[in-house]
Amino acid sequence: MAKVEETLKRIQSQKGVQGIIIVNAEGIPIKSTLDNSSTVQYAAHIQQLLMKARSMVREVDPQNDLTFLRVRSKKNEIMIAPDKDYFLIVIQNPTE
Amino acid sequence: MPVPHKPATVKSKLGSNVHIQSKAPVTKGVKANGKKKDDEDGMDTGEGEEWMQGKTLVKPPDQLELTEAELKEEITRILTANNPHAPQNIVRYSFKESCYKPISSVDQLAVHFVLEGNLLYKDSNEARRQMAKQGLTEEKPAEAVLSEMDEENPETPQVTGQVDGEEGTVEGEDGGGEERPDSVDIKAGNKELKLTNQFNYSERASQTLNNPPRERGCQTEPPPRANFSATANQWEIYDIYMEEIQRQEKSKEKQKVQISKKEEDKGKKKMIVAENLSDDISKVAKVSKIIERMVNQNTFDDIAQDFKYFEDASDEFREQEGTLLPLWKFQYDKAKCLSVTAICWNQTYKDLFVVGLGSYDFTKQGHGMLLLYSLKNPTYPEFTFTTTSGIMCVDIHEHLSYLVAVGCYDGCVAVYNLKEEGQEPVYKSTAITGMHTNPVWQVKWQKDDLDNNHNFFSVSSDGRVVSWTLVKNELVFTDIINLSVESAVPDGKGEMSRIACGTSFDFHKQIDFLFLVGTEDGKIHKCSKSYSSQFLETYEAHNMAVEAVRWNHFHPNVFISCSSDWTVKIWDHTIKPPMFIFDLNAAVEHVTWSPHSSTVFAAVTADRKVHVFDLGINKSEALCQQTVVAKKKTKLSHIEFNPVHPIIIVGDDRGCVTSLKLSPNLRKKPKEKKGQEMPKGPEVEIAKMEKLLSLLREPGSNQQN
Repeated sequence: MAKVEETLKRIQSQKGVQGIIIVNAEGIPIKSTLDNSSTVQYAAHIQQLLMKARSMVREVDPQNDLTFLRVRSKKNEIMIAPDKDYFLIVIQNPTE
Repeated sequence: MPVPHKPATVKSKLGSNVHIQSKAPVTKGVKANGKKKDDEDGMDTGEGEEWMQGKTLVKPPDQLELTEAELKEEITRILTANNPHAPQNIVRYSFKESCYKPISSVDQLAVHFVLEGNLLYKDSNEARRQMAKQGLTEEKPAEAVLSEMDEENPETPQVTGQVDGEEGTVEGEDGGGEERPDSVDIKAGNKELKLTNQFNYSERASQTLNNPPRERGCQTEPPPRANFSATANQWEIYDIYMEEIQRQEKSKEKQKVQISKKEEDKGKKKMIVAENLSDDISKVAKVSKIIERMVNQNTFDDIAQDFKYFEDASDEFREQEGTLLPLWKFQYDKAKCLSVTAICWNQTYKDLFVVGLGSYDFTKQGHGMLLLYSLKNPTYPEFTFTTTSGIMCVDIHEHLSYLVAVGCYDGCVAVYNLKEEGQEPVYKSTAITGMHTNPVWQVKWQKDDLDNNHNFFSVSSDGRVVSWTLVKNELVFTDIINLSVESAVPDGKGEMSRIACGTSFDFHKQIDFLFLVGTEDGKIHKCSKSYSSQFLETYEAHNMAVEAVRWNHFHPNVFISCSSDWTVKIWDHTIKPPMFIFDLNAAVEHVTWSPHSSTVFAAVTADRKVHVFDLGINKSEALCQQTVVAKKKTKLSHIEFNPVHPIIIVGDDRGCVTSLKLSPNLRKKPKEKKGQEMPKGPEVEIAKMEKLLSLLREPGSNQQN
């Protein structure tokens, strides 16, 4: 558990990282470094996107599975890594 | 039906007299008088007179007053059967004669009383029909009929036809009973179609007691309901099938091993419970790793792009020279005080490499570290292990890439299993188990021995080359060879055997038993695993300690050696003197062949330079001599080529590992002649080298001093 905490700290300290959100399978954010309203928004929307993406990948080939998802926008990049029960969201501004 | 009266009994008459006298209505009074007289005439009224004796004659007030003469007058009265109420002259209209006609005779029947009965004369047609219909079983109803008739008997005076039958039955019911069945039988025999007489047909019905209806109801608890919705996709179906398969496999395994697992399960159950209670964050471990790598990829985006795609275009303009492009730098905080003593790439996961950290300084010996980095995450090592003494060498098993063998400064060797968690090595040699007494300079995994046990070799300054076998939980050692050198004692008293300190060794790629050992004296010994006391050959290689000795990856005869005497030498093991000698102007710490080409090798020197040579292109000069580390005091200690990518990693004495990309000039393949297909593969490399060597051999034997 300590290792995970360390890893998250390292991620947070990386250049340009704006926030980390950990969301459980039901879409409820269990840990976040952003403020509440943003967290809830991100969690809700991203969960839908993730389901769609995963469904798409698996539909095309059931033996395949989604590893991660990057959404690059003008202002920042949102990285989503799904797991069986949880998914992790990191928002980074890579060009800083 | 009018019942003809019997002459009334005295009592009834009297009764009527009394009644008449008391009531005396007018009309009846006339009749009563008439009757009275009749009675007096006809009957003995002794009893009536008794009534009247002692009583005065009671006269009604409106009685006719008649004279004596009138009273004695005889009036004849005739009793006729005429109905006094019947009309005497009825006239009817006759349509035939169209006039009224008197009817000759008028019906004189006066009906006094009518009672509709339910009884049938038993011999009548209807009765017979009824009995036939009721069938054979009807003895009792027949008897009931009889009993009814018996009851009727006292009431009805004379039924001529029935009397006999009734008397007959009264006398002997048994006889009647016998009669009855006979008659019934007869009637049963004549089963006719019963024609229901619509006038004389009665239905019998009886109503049973109607129980008052009641409604009873009870309500149960409604079954628990839950809404369920799911989607059925191809992949969901696939997932479920996979789960099924796994479950079946697990059940099969469980069947095989049950008893021993029970205890384990108990322990596991506790673990599982604890996990549920603990924070959920620990489950995110794997995902957080991925995310970290992604973030790093973003942060070091340009480097990642360079690593993959950048090819220095300016190499075209430089004839032979190449450059090294610096990529990532791998640093770890706690390792800053240590120097990199060993690097090894993982053969299975081509982006993973292990770094051993320790100290070369004899005086400053402290702890050591074992770090594993991945190219995907340059900021933090994947695995870290701390050891008590500095690590001098590492080697990763070729096939089982989770086994890492290390040799330490204090002479012990250890094997780490990366799959297991924990800082401790799974195997460690101790003083009892044959630990070296001097620092271990090199370890190398070997192929599994005959018993399928893993084993590795180690060489140390104590002059022993030891083979270690991993037998179950132990490390079993076998001395392979003792590096002893016989040297002449100056005063000529005799020969003294001295232990040579091995500093480096390498095993032949193809010939299993052949290996080379470099010593501190600068000699290289060619040895065989099977001969423990003698060397196959000794090469007088260097003036100072041999830092590294390496067989060529392709050519079976060629090996390279480097030493602190500033030289790098290339040998053919069949020939005593070296083939090539390169002077690099600084102590050469390490040298290694490229896994891609048989003629390319790289060396690192103490003056922070990396030298890359390609003998196929330039036999005398390095293609690239580049300073790779900034700070002046850092010394480079190790260099390794990546088996797949065109990168080299260089370790220095500040605990930092730098990765560099080889520019195209440094990885040139021989030019394809137009129209000629170049065969690819190790044979090409061997041929290349062979060509070089052959050039050297003939003139070389003349040139060598």
